[in-house]
Amino acid sequence: MTITDIFQETTMALGTNKVRSGLTMLGIVIGISSVIAMVSIGQGAQGAIQSSIQGLGSNLLTIIPGILQPGRGIVSSGRGAAQTLKNDDVSALRSVQGVASVSPELNRRFQITSSAGNNTNSTVIGVSPEYLTVRNVTIENGSFITDLHFNSLSRVAVLGPTAAQDLFGDADPIGKTIRINQMNVQIIGVLQAKGSAGFFNPDDTVFVPLTMMQRILAGVDYLSTIAVSVEHKDLMPQVKDEATSVLAAKHRVDPQNPDFSIVSQSDILGTLTAVTNTFTIFLASIAGISLLVGGIGIMNMMLTTVTERTREIGLRKAIGAKKRDITQQFLAEAVTLTFLGGAIGILLGWMISLAVSRFANIATNVSFSSVAMAFGVSAAIGIIFGYYPARRAASLNPIAALRYE
Amino acid sequence: MLDCRDLKKIYTNGGEETVVLKGISLSIKKSEFVAIMGPSGSGKSTLMHILGCLDTPTSGTYTIDGQDASKLSDEALADIRVKKIGFVFQAFNLLPRATVLRNVMLPLVYARLAPDKREELAKQALRAAAFPEEFWHHRSNQLSGGMMQRVAIARALVNNPAMILADEPTGNLDTKTGETVLAAFQKLHREQGRTIILITHEPYIAKHAERILYLRDGNLVRDEPSSL
Ligand SMILES: Nc1ncnc2c1ncn2[C@@H]1O[C@H](COP(=O)(O)OP(=O)(O)OP(=O)(O)O)[C@@H](O)[C@H]1O
Ligand SMILES: [Mg+2]
Repeated sequence: MTITDIFQETTMALGTNKVRSGLTMLGIVIGISSVIAMVSIGQGAQGAIQSSIQGLGSNLLTIIPGILQPGRGIVSSGRGAAQTLKNDDVSALRSVQGVASVSPELNRRFQITSSAGNNTNSTVIGVSPEYLTVRNVTIENGSFITDLHFNSLSRVAVLGPTAAQDLFGDADPIGKTIRINQMNVQIIGVLQAKGSAGFFNPDDTVFVPLTMMQRILAGVDYLSTIAVSVEHKDLMPQVKDEATSVLAAKHRVDPQNPDFSIVSQSDILGTLTAVTNTFTIFLASIAGISLLVGGIGIMNMMLTTVTERTREIGLRKAIGAKKRDITQQFLAEAVTLTFLGGAIGILLGWMISLAVSRFANIATNVSFSSVAMAFGVSAAIGIIFGYYPARRAASLNPIAALRYE
Repeated sequence: MLDCRDLKKIYTNGGEETVVLKGISLSIKKSEFVAIMGPSGSGKSTLMHILGCLDTPTSGTYTIDGQDASKLSDEALADIRVKKIGFVFQAFNLLPRATVLRNVMLPLVYARLAPDKREELAKQALRAAAFPEEFWHHRSNQLSGGMMQRVAIARALVNNPAMILADEPTGNLDTKTGETVLAAFQKLHREQGRTIILITHEPYIAKHAERILYLRDGNLVRDEPSSL
């Protein structure tokens, strides 16, 4: 049998009972499209997290108070409660070889009111001028906090774009005042948007000089984070070790068991990638169950077909068909069903993922590899679930088959 | 061209043995037209299945064109069928949704003949089976019984077999259409010299053959030239 012969036989056989073929195929369509859609949601989440973490600044070490529980990822145990990071840690870190800049930070959530009368509950971060380079942010309008503001405890603020929008709408906020915790602060600049990191929106923030934040707004002397930018990516492990021993000596704690943690971008990325991979696999395996059910549907239909066409199979064998010819014919029918189902399923899954990102605002990503995998899986399902019925057809005894009523 | 010695066929179903053929010896020469008659259940179809290499005997030998076919594998039997044997059945057994031409070409597919040569051979076979040309592209389920049987004859003929086996080919037809089908067989026999073995219950059909074999209870009880 040539490929054309098999193709003709297959279209004729599947066309004989279009409704049944269509319904059986629907099982595969649903299975494949849900796998595609689910994987696209998982991969979309992964992509979004990766790009926003990379956007937070490359070559970045983040030092936070407290200890990271192994196995619990970056869940910071008592980030607010621990008060181990102090201002003089910053100068110690500056002296470490390979450190480019150090950005001490203190954040708190405050209720903020604008002169326009709008309210927002945003994160207020007290920063030094280094924040701009260390955290890789860009000024859209106006200026950032300068050394002068820092040294003189100026009551000035720079707004993240979301906070600016919430407080002032489309009006230009520069020169206007806002009230943070009953205190008037003047706006001197607005940042460019960075995009949401999924868990925390870096655009919904208000920046003030760290000195002013510590002494006037919060009334504390500790830091919530110290961000350290390293001169070169290759120096990261070395700087991390050095910084650990410098800080441990300063805090008089055992470097093996310090009262702070140093996290690099790759640590965060690794943890989150592991999390999103698990999430993707979980979604895909749920969708995979419906694919399995679709495959069983194919097998069921093929077994019915073989029974119905027993006489036809007997006739084919009587006029000279070999086992291989019959196997090929029925296998081709099953594979055609799953392949068509797979193709339609990929299109449908793609449309679902577009709809999800459009209407539910969740990042999705239909990757080439997931499409290729879907094609492979649907062909494999056709072969696996079509093989048994096809072998059954091929091994029918021609005389018994011709007698079959 | 074919010869059998002491053919026996025994079916065993759940320990119970049914002896269907009880030792049949016969030989058929090339270009003979033989009819097989006998009461229902006498083993006519069983004998024909063995002669047609659809089945193997339980014991005894069967040679076709000098080749021993009594102990071949399924695949080797299929090879003999596709090259040497054409079948016509009582129930026509056409593919209902395929056209007449496609039905006739089917054995050539299994004979692995190149696709561009198939149509010409199929048309020749349809002409030889006296099938009217205007129906060549009709679907086979739109035809009358007599026409369907002539499609089946053309299909049996298409790979140029030495021998055509027909199991009650007129059994589903009225006398008049039966005659036209029979005429097609006779034409093949006279004009092309094909060996034809035909099972029938009707004495008037058997008369068209040159030789009539009578079976009863699995034995060959009479073997005589036709009275015509
Ligand atoms: N697979 C089988 N197992 C057991 N017995 C069988 C089997 N196949 C056929 N038989 C028996 O063999 C006997 C002969 O059957 P066969 O079909 O050869 O008869 P026949 O002469 O062709 O009859 P008819 O004229 O009705 O077609 C019957 O009694 C039948 O029941
Ligand atoms: Mg019979």
